[in-house]
Amino acid sequence: MDTKERMKLEPIPMPEADMSERLAGFGEVNRGYSEELAQAEAERCLQCKNPPCRSGCPVDVDIPGFIKLIREGKYTQAGLKIKETNAFPAICGRVCPQERQCQAQCVLAKQGKPINIGYLERFVGDWLISHPPALTERPEPSGYKVAVVGSGPAGLAAAGDLAKRGHQVTIFEALHRPGGVLVYGIPEFRLPNITVDSELEALRQLGVEIRTDVVVGRTLTITDLRDEMGFAAIFLGLGAGTPIFLGIEGENLPGVMSANEFLTRVNLMRAFDEDYDTPVQHGRNVTVIGGGNVAMDSSRVALRLGAETVKLLYRRTRAEMPARVEEVRHAEEEGVIFEFLVSPVRFLADNEGNLAAVECIRMELGEPDESGRRRPLPICGDGSDDCGCWRASESVGATGSAGYEAG
Amino acid sequence: MFRIIAKRQLAEDIIEYTIKAPDVTRHHRPGQFCIIRVASHGERIPLSIADINTEAGTITVVVQIIGHTTQELARLGAGDTILDVVGPLGHPTDIGTPERAVFVGGGVGVPAGNLIIREMKQAGAEVLAIIGFRTRELIIYEEKIRAQADELIVTTDDGSYGYHGLVTEPLQQRLEAGSEYDVVVAVGPVVMMRAVAEVTRPYGIHTIASLNPIMVDGTGMCGACRVLVGGQTKFACVDGPEFDAHQVDFDQLLNRLRIYREQEQQAAQAGPHLCRLEQQISEIQ
Repeated sequence: MDTKERMKLEPIPMPEADMSERLAGFGEVNRGYSEELAQAEAERCLQCKNPPCRSGCPVDVDIPGFIKLIREGKYTQAGLKIKETNAFPAICGRVCPQERQCQAQCVLAKQGKPINIGYLERFVGDWLISHPPALTERPEPSGYKVAVVGSGPAGLAAAGDLAKRGHQVTIFEALHRPGGVLVYGIPEFRLPNITVDSELEALRQLGVEIRTDVVVGRTLTITDLRDEMGFAAIFLGLGAGTPIFLGIEGENLPGVMSANEFLTRVNLMRAFDEDYDTPVQHGRNVTVIGGGNVAMDSSRVALRLGAETVKLLYRRTRAEMPARVEEVRHAEEEGVIFEFLVSPVRFLADNEGNLAAVECIRMELGEPDESGRRRPLPICGDGSDDCGCWRASESVGATGSAGYEAG
Repeated sequence: MFRIIAKRQLAEDIIEYTIKAPDVTRHHRPGQFCIIRVASHGERIPLSIADINTEAGTITVVVQIIGHTTQELARLGAGDTILDVVGPLGHPTDIGTPERAVFVGGGVGVPAGNLIIREMKQAGAEVLAIIGFRTRELIIYEEKIRAQADELIVTTDDGSYGYHGLVTEPLQQRLEAGSEYDVVVAVGPVVMMRAVAEVTRPYGIHTIASLNPIMVDGTGMCGACRVLVGGQTKFACVDGPEFDAHQVDFDQLLNRLRIYREQEQQAAQAGPHLCRLEQQISEIQ
């Protein structure tokens, strides 16, 4: 097939679960390519000599290289090719914002038909999980012990890279289950915990030890790790775990939750599963504040917990939303109502002291701010606009982590 | 896995567990707490630490059997294991260097006084302990507190033992009689801590309350435990659990504590126990 013919091939869409099935449970929405579909999508790759997609990948995965191997039916080798620079293809294939990274740079993006690199990455990542390759020999031990604090994506990636270099790695996790945001934050329908567990198992195979229930800074200090326990280096992968509250009236009312609490109760603590004891507040009418992936996740979780309406408030417009395009599409398909250019000013209580409504103001876009996005400004004189909501789940982004004491 | 070394029934529905958790004892200071998870399907619940044995690597906690999770815990005995114990969490009690200090404890908040009073004594303070219970049968840790404090007053709501009345009454009487204290630490039901704060407020005595909001992770990640202190939202797990009682919005704390009450009651109906803490709160109110 020549380049012209390849360019005429249509992108292969991701098979998705039926809508009735989607809203009835927490099963994964994207079902993954079959071999045939993966082959067909891989066929479209032009195998550029100087592939621009690679420059869009933060970890420089040899994208044309692994796609070529898929085309040849060498799925295990394709997976190992990715693993040369990225330890977790099954995870990244699902949650990376490919449309802003590799796929944005693909030469076919100009026609609006970039190669679905993420879907292909996921395919080989899942292949490695269902067809685990024979254990390769462990690297020569370096003689160094390295502590990794936090078992989220950063910690896991660091642990994988360090272990491959022969260092003896111990991961310390504060929660009872490793995975960080991958298990407490991202819902099952987007990233099943079993996928994370499989990637963790691959790390253990590399010799990485994972210790849960250790809050570094409290249970063990940096001094303990360095001086008593003999760790030559310590990697802090603490995440961006602290929720930011809006600082507006009524935000501590029952019914107002951070997305972190809502998602943790549902994902890590399995509140959706009858066999688990975790309670979670869920209402008929849910308001979610924010425009990122966490807001999309919270909205879609609320729908699955039985909300009749889920309204998502974002203070800018669709164009500025930081969420992955696919998550926005899925949320809309499932019935989430988007309200743009609105910002909450206070939460109102009912007679019993529970959240009754979110009062908002209309916004307009001003000059771009330091993030390059146009700054939302309140429209003066418009008064307030009662959105008539019954429950809100705050989600305005999060930065930094709790101030653990070191030393 | 964390092994239960000893189990002691202190009163009806109140059990003391000594658990092997050497890492928790390593840096623990009085006032800090731990979170436990009993079983794989279970919740994470925060518990005060009543005692520490660094050499044996054990912690002691006192649990009131009030809900589904604590009912499950109650089924476990010495030799059984608890899935997760994490800590120490939160800040230690900051009592400074008082000359005269008061510990006020109510119900299952009393055992926390064991370590706090020890810390007060080590700081060189003369310590008055006032501990209150609904009735004689529910009195716990009396001897342990008596052994540490310079003076102990036990109160019961029904007068079946000790002073007939609430813990705030002897405190009020002392203050009215001119006794001077540098610090008061209150651990117990929210309504008790709120009442203690109101008693000490006119005298300007530094008063610390150990708050017990709903928690999930205990590391500052979720904000379930947020409390309003001096008009600012704080996370009890990482900013507390102890705060200046004169600054705490106790009404908001009470409002937030009832968030899961309905769901908790449904879950607890599987077992035979009624929520005694709630009964206690409504009786005091």
